[in-house]
Amino acid sequence: MSNPLVDMQKPDVIFAIGTNMTECHPVAATGIKKAQAKGSKLIVADPRRIRLAEIADLYLPIRVGSDVALALAMAHVIVREGLVDRDFVADRTTGAEAFFEHVGQFTPEWASKICQVPATDIETAALWYGKADKGAIYYTLGITEHICGVDNVQSLCNLALMTGHIGREGTGVNPMRGQNNIQGAGDCGAVPANFPGFQPCNDPTSVEKFSKAYRREIDGEKGITKVAALNQCGNGIHAMIIDGENTVVSDPDRNHCEHALKSLDHLVVIDIFMTETATLADIVLPATSWGETDGVQTNTERRVQRLRKAVEPPGQARPDWWIVSEIAKRLGAHGFEYHSAKDVFNELCELSPIYNGLDWDRIDKGEYQWPVPTKDHPGTPILHIDEFKNGRGIFKVIGYRDPAEVISDEFPVWLTTGRRLQSYHTRTQTGRSAGIDYLLAEESLEVNPEDLEAWGLKDGQTCKISSARGSLEIKIKASDVSPRGTVFTSFSFADVPVNILTGSGYDPITETAELKVCPVRLDAIPDA
Amino acid sequence: MIAEAEPELKALTMTVDNQTVNFTEGETIYQVATRHLGEKIPTLCYDDRLEAFGGCRLCVVEVEGMRAPVASCTTKATDGMKVTTQTAKIEKYRKTLLEMVASENRSVDVDPLSGYASQELRTLVDHYDARTGRFAGKKSGTSNYDDKNPFILRDYDNCISCYRCVRVCAEQEGDYAINVMNRGFATQIITEFNSELRDSQCTFCGQCVQTCPTGALGDAKALRATEVEGKIEKTRSICPYCGVGCSVDIMTRGQKIVGVQPAMDGPANKGALCIKGQFAFDFVQHEDRLTQPLIKQEDGTFKEVDWDTALDAAAEGYRKVLEKYGRHAIYGVASGRAPHEAAYTMQKFIRAGFGTNYIDNCSRA
Ligand code: SF4
Ligand code: SF4
Ligand code: FES
Repeated sequence: MSNPLVDMQKPDVIFAIGTNMTECHPVAATGIKKAQAKGSKLIVADPRRIRLAEIADLYLPIRVGSDVALALAMAHVIVREGLVDRDFVADRTTGAEAFFEHVGQFTPEWASKICQVPATDIETAALWYGKADKGAIYYTLGITEHICGVDNVQSLCNLALMTGHIGREGTGVNPMRGQNNIQGAGDCGAVPANFPGFQPCNDPTSVEKFSKAYRREIDGEKGITKVAALNQCGNGIHAMIIDGENTVVSDPDRNHCEHALKSLDHLVVIDIFMTETATLADIVLPATSWGETDGVQTNTERRVQRLRKAVEPPGQARPDWWIVSEIAKRLGAHGFEYHSAKDVFNELCELSPIYNGLDWDRIDKGEYQWPVPTKDHPGTPILHIDEFKNGRGIFKVIGYRDPAEVISDEFPVWLTTGRRLQSYHTRTQTGRSAGIDYLLAEESLEVNPEDLEAWGLKDGQTCKISSARGSLEIKIKASDVSPRGTVFTSFSFADVPVNILTGSGYDPITETAELKVCPVRLDAIPDA
Repeated sequence: MIAEAEPELKALTMTVDNQTVNFTEGETIYQVATRHLGEKIPTLCYDDRLEAFGGCRLCVVEVEGMRAPVASCTTKATDGMKVTTQTAKIEKYRKTLLEMVASENRSVDVDPLSGYASQELRTLVDHYDARTGRFAGKKSGTSNYDDKNPFILRDYDNCISCYRCVRVCAEQEGDYAINVMNRGFATQIITEFNSELRDSQCTFCGQCVQTCPTGALGDAKALRATEVEGKIEKTRSICPYCGVGCSVDIMTRGQKIVGVQPAMDGPANKGALCIKGQFAFDFVQHEDRLTQPLIKQEDGTFKEVDWDTALDAAAEGYRKVLEKYGRHAIYGVASGRAPHEAAYTMQKFIRAGFGTNYIDNCSRA
């Protein structure tokens, strides 16, 4: 996030797109409710009539996968009405003229047909956001889990750049990170393109720095993504080590994924439970869990905070860093003689410019938000105040693209997937917490009641849902949250492996899977 | 932008218990007094995250020139004001108030597992020596024992109508799930249609439980551990679920995790939590946990082995693949759930071990 969480209470206009915040980030959502109580306006764009939509001042029930069209038309209106922040654009950005000309063709009327919302509402959204003193954008996976995920994010950035809604209190483009330490995994360099601290793998100085620190020559080019690696299993990739993720259930196209992992010569999985993924491993190593481990975690606003051990782990379970280091040592790798989590974290701080000013003891109270380049630096709650990381903010000329698959006679219904408040990811944790079943015992497919009638289906009935990749059975739940023609479910329950259906395409740049949109067909299952 | 006139900086001062203290415009007597003298003024309906309510009258103080004592939590400080927080008269008044409250409740002694603020009433009653049977016989509220939700205990025999739960739900959660019905002895905290919480707007965030000063609303999950031996210890940590990173205190008794309480000073959450952070902690000590390294046998079943055997075999597998297919045949996937140290060592394992950048995490799914 470019801005801190406390800023959520400060904008005049909040534009929340593709984020079911009240369910996925409930505590953050309270900030929005407080902002509204103070008089800010909330615009929500989401295909589903989620709770955030209920409380919105303006709700745009856009068709799944049409976010870019909406953003383009909003930019069109902002240019047309002269709401561009000329000074900001001149001082801080580049590529504006080409972009402003580009959006000339994308009228609200044009977008209205794609997004399936009234042109006047698109116009209003643009006027509110464009005229705001402080406008802030919030988004989640509803924006990134598409083949055009990068386009989506960039078109939101374009809106912020043209209005100068960035680099100030109460503004910004703010992705809400889903998992507790997904930000931290990136900070630590667990990505194919960057060393720790986002130092590029193809930058010769960084390569040299890490080759020296790790006492071995490291490739001067980026690695491949996990998605690419799974595609090459058995044919290029022959061994994997997977830590704490249930790839088989959470990733798209489950059959493909299972097949990929089965074709490895050697698979080691580190986890706290015997997950569906772990069952495919040759070796399963028991890790300590939250509550049993000292460590560090970075939240969505880049705040670096300490986790602390409260109880001893069960049996032989060990911290992940210990397990990985022990394997590394046995392979003759250098520099794995750590005695504690503190040793590991302090090494990271030394090697990462954004953490240089931090160490284990300094983050005791969690008051720092990176970058913290030096020991006397106060941290950086708001990014891009005077300058963007690479100098100027760049406008990207983006066009609208249809999703990888669109509805057809064979698959006439849009399926979109997401998360639910009471469960988390693949439920390896919430599913094992007493009481959660009282609220959410089984998976269901949410269908608009009018659609149910039109399609001859009934609330509570089990139906067969099929996509181009596979099919499964699922119980129907009538719900006004689903718009007509679009159905919803989550991917939390292993017995309803929804990701058998999804996976129609990937973003060409990030290779993030299109989990949000998938054309499907529903068929009644005749009573036995 | 319209240039605002520089506000004239005049020093505002008042005296509290004969000490001269300064304050800023808009502060209440309670805020000023507490900031300078510590927690000298007792409160019951007060929660510093919420709008002051002025319901319990326990925080009354004497102000020179005013005939009756005033509630310090709702009265604004003014320049030159002279405040006394503890006269004999006020202390007696407070004691009487507490005696009334205490006698209406079924019990002032509630298990500390009930919630973060659950000991407030008991502490005050003991401090003022206000245990009495003066009003015995009259009981306020009724328990709504019908609610079968496994998270929140609703025991209105202990409700003192401080409205903290209602206000935290409305002001902090923005949920308006509950309200207070009736007054005095018949008080009940109800949901929209006086139904079970599951059927209301309630998201089971637990905020109401944690602010309740009497245990009328209690943490039903933590209370399962009433029988567990040992002192309650608290360990400050961060919630293991989403990217908000709420600060929590893990409550333990011996080696058992018995509950979670929000950290009121947590930088990202200031005392807020959601259902997952508040109630979904017991996966940690679930019987399904892996406790021993496992190696797959020929027949597909796993066999428990010791660490050395498992680690040697793990390393051997990579060595073989390395020899047969080269460095780029090995791939690492780090966790977006585990701490930094896990992700850092994983990427180092790949880079220092094989000299490649064949590493990723699960953010792509
Ligand atoms: S648990 Fe949260 S949402 Fe439910 S009544 Fe209490 S404060 Fe309101
Ligand atoms: S308590 Fe809820 S909102 Fe806070 S970090 Fe945990 S999951 Fe996120
Ligand atoms: S604390 Fe002031 S009236 Fe209750």
